[in-house]
Amino acid sequence: MTGTYRIALAGNPNTGKSTLFNLLTGLKQHTGNWAGKTVDMKAGYFSHKHKEYEIIDLPGTYSLYSNSIDEEVARNYIVFEKPDITIVVLDATSLERNLNLALQVLEMTDRVIIAINLMDEADKRGIVIHEQILMKRLGVPVIKISSRNRTGIEMLLDTIDRFVSGAITTEPLKVVYDAVTEEKIVSLAEKAERIFQGELPARWIALRLLDGDERLMAEIAKRFAGRVEDGVRTGQGAVAERSF
Amino acid sequence: MEYEQGKAQSLKGLFNDAGSLSTPDLREHIVEELYRKSGELAQAGVTFTKSTRDEKTEKLDRIFTSKIFGFPIMLLLLGIVFYVTIAGANVPSAMLANFFGVLEGYITMGFEKVGAPDWLHGILVLGLYRGTSWVISVMLPPMAIFFPIFALLENYGYLPRVAFNMDRLFKIVGAHGKQSLTMAMGFGCNAAAVMSTRIIESPRERMLAILTNNFVPCNGRWGTLIVLASLFLAGSFAGGARLFIATSVIVGLVLFGIIMTFAVSWALSKTLLKGVPTHYTLELPPYRRPKVVDVVIRSSLNQTLSVLIRAVKVAAPAGVLTWVLANIMVGDTSILLHIVGFLDPFGKMLGLDGYILMAFLLGLPANEVVLPILLMGYLSTGAMVDMDGISGLKRILIEHGWTWVTALNMMLFSLLHYPCGTTMVNIYKETKSLKWTFLSFLIPTVIAIAVTFAVARIAGGFGIL
Repeated sequence: MTGTYRIALAGNPNTGKSTLFNLLTGLKQHTGNWAGKTVDMKAGYFSHKHKEYEIIDLPGTYSLYSNSIDEEVARNYIVFEKPDITIVVLDATSLERNLNLALQVLEMTDRVIIAINLMDEADKRGIVIHEQILMKRLGVPVIKISSRNRTGIEMLLDTIDRFVSGAITTEPLKVVYDAVTEEKIVSLAEKAERIFQGELPARWIALRLLDGDERLMAEIAKRFAGRVEDGVRTGQGAVAERSF
Repeated sequence: MEYEQGKAQSLKGLFNDAGSLSTPDLREHIVEELYRKSGELAQAGVTFTKSTRDEKTEKLDRIFTSKIFGFPIMLLLLGIVFYVTIAGANVPSAMLANFFGVLEGYITMGFEKVGAPDWLHGILVLGLYRGTSWVISVMLPPMAIFFPIFALLENYGYLPRVAFNMDRLFKIVGAHGKQSLTMAMGFGCNAAAVMSTRIIESPRERMLAILTNNFVPCNGRWGTLIVLASLFLAGSFAGGARLFIATSVIVGLVLFGIIMTFAVSWALSKTLLKGVPTHYTLELPPYRRPKVVDVVIRSSLNQTLSVLIRAVKVAAPAGVLTWVLANIMVGDTSILLHIVGFLDPFGKMLGLDGYILMAFLLGLPANEVVLPILLMGYLSTGAMVDMDGISGLKRILIEHGWTWVTALNMMLFSLLHYPCGTTMVNIYKETKSLKWTFLSFLIPTVIAIAVTFAVARIAGGFGIL
């Protein structure tokens, strides 16, 4: 399969996400307006090893619940638009707080690369990051970079290349919650899986629904209603094909 | 199509199932687990070769955000800031008033020299000039002290700790922890604070912050509060004790305003704005030695000047209007006195009087002019009085039947009543809703009337009035 691969950049504010975005895309950028929301997300293009990529700079957020429009837009893009890779950019100097967001993304998709940015700053402060350990525990590629000093970028690009070529398989860490919550998640996820047939991450949907995420419910209902219309127009939608 | 419909139904079923399984504390569990896991991962994946932990910050945080000392330290700092403001503002305030008084003499002489008519002198000098100079001499000194101190605390990194301390309380009443930051902004200017609520992402909690911001006395009300507190409630004490009591009264009022904020937030989040508070990450930046000169200059120039310019812009026309009202006669009394007579019965019910209510009504555009308009009304000379003799001011008030209950009630009314015109315009701009703008007017006004009424009744019952 050729064509353009889509990459989403997620991360906390002030993690150098935009610096990385600018570094990768150069001047090939445009401002997109996604999902009918007024939040601007920049999109850009780059190619590497004869593959074309479109990269989207999601709004910087601390979490991916529906607290704000920013969070909702970022969340919706990852879950519903299903980019080929979501790169989670973390701040090396405050990894503990940043990992929170990474864990949330890992619940939403298994197509994740973690880029630990601001390594130059971390080195200066004597912070040593053992990416091998993190990689083993998180179950996805972990790359140390400094987009300011342009280090680790080649490594990141090669990982992206091997990722879309299928040379890398991931097994993302799933956070296990307390027994009571787990029981609810599992029973709800089963139902969700029957409905979405792998189209949406069932466990994550279950978790968010349990949390009473009304915006997500509305979004699912809306996107689903759109599908019904498509189904009517084209007679046979891709959905039906996949599910029968 | 059949399949799609089946899916729609089961989608509803899924949502219903989720609803019945959901519990309010679930989010807590989720977040807790995520934090635990992040901590575990960081522990395993990160080592520190230098002592990078900011020990100074951690030590200070243990004190400033401690469960035992956190609140007392906040109170103490609040007290110190007000004490310094009140104590420091007196002398420069009198000096400015004197200066404007002398200047007025020369201007009047100039008017006489060119043979300007009396009404022109009345409007321009007794109305416009006195109104503006009063505002400047009363407001400039406290602002020039208060804003830089506040900016220094902010620059040092203390304000985020205040938000941290208050967070738990806000959560209990169903509001957002960041509301304490917008409240801090309200001490300067409620209109600006309403804009600053943009930092709160959730629309529900943002509305709570907007509707309750008024209970923080803004700069425009400091003048009134500080003058009345030092004038009446502490009148019979001398020197240092008097300053101390005036400070305590102000701190007490501020606390009362904060309690009101919590009470109203709680009531709203149980009724009109139902919901549970959202989680957020509050960054606690390291403590930094503030760049004193930089901060002082920037805050006095930017904040002080911009608030002052706004005040003067409003005070000038209000001064003119008051002079006109007091000098146009209908029958044998001025329009001003007609209004006062009309409002007086209601004012008396609240332990105030018609003059005070009129001053609050005319002061709608800006709280800064309430006290000047009041004094102008009392003197009925049609012009605001000079402020240099603070004992003269006290005599005028006592002649008009003031007691400490009147002073207390006027302070309470000032603290609790409707937001100023600018603030309401901003509330409309931010909410785009006439309903919420009207509620932002109604809720505080009803509370102000209820509280002053209750105080008047209680005081009356004890025979103090």
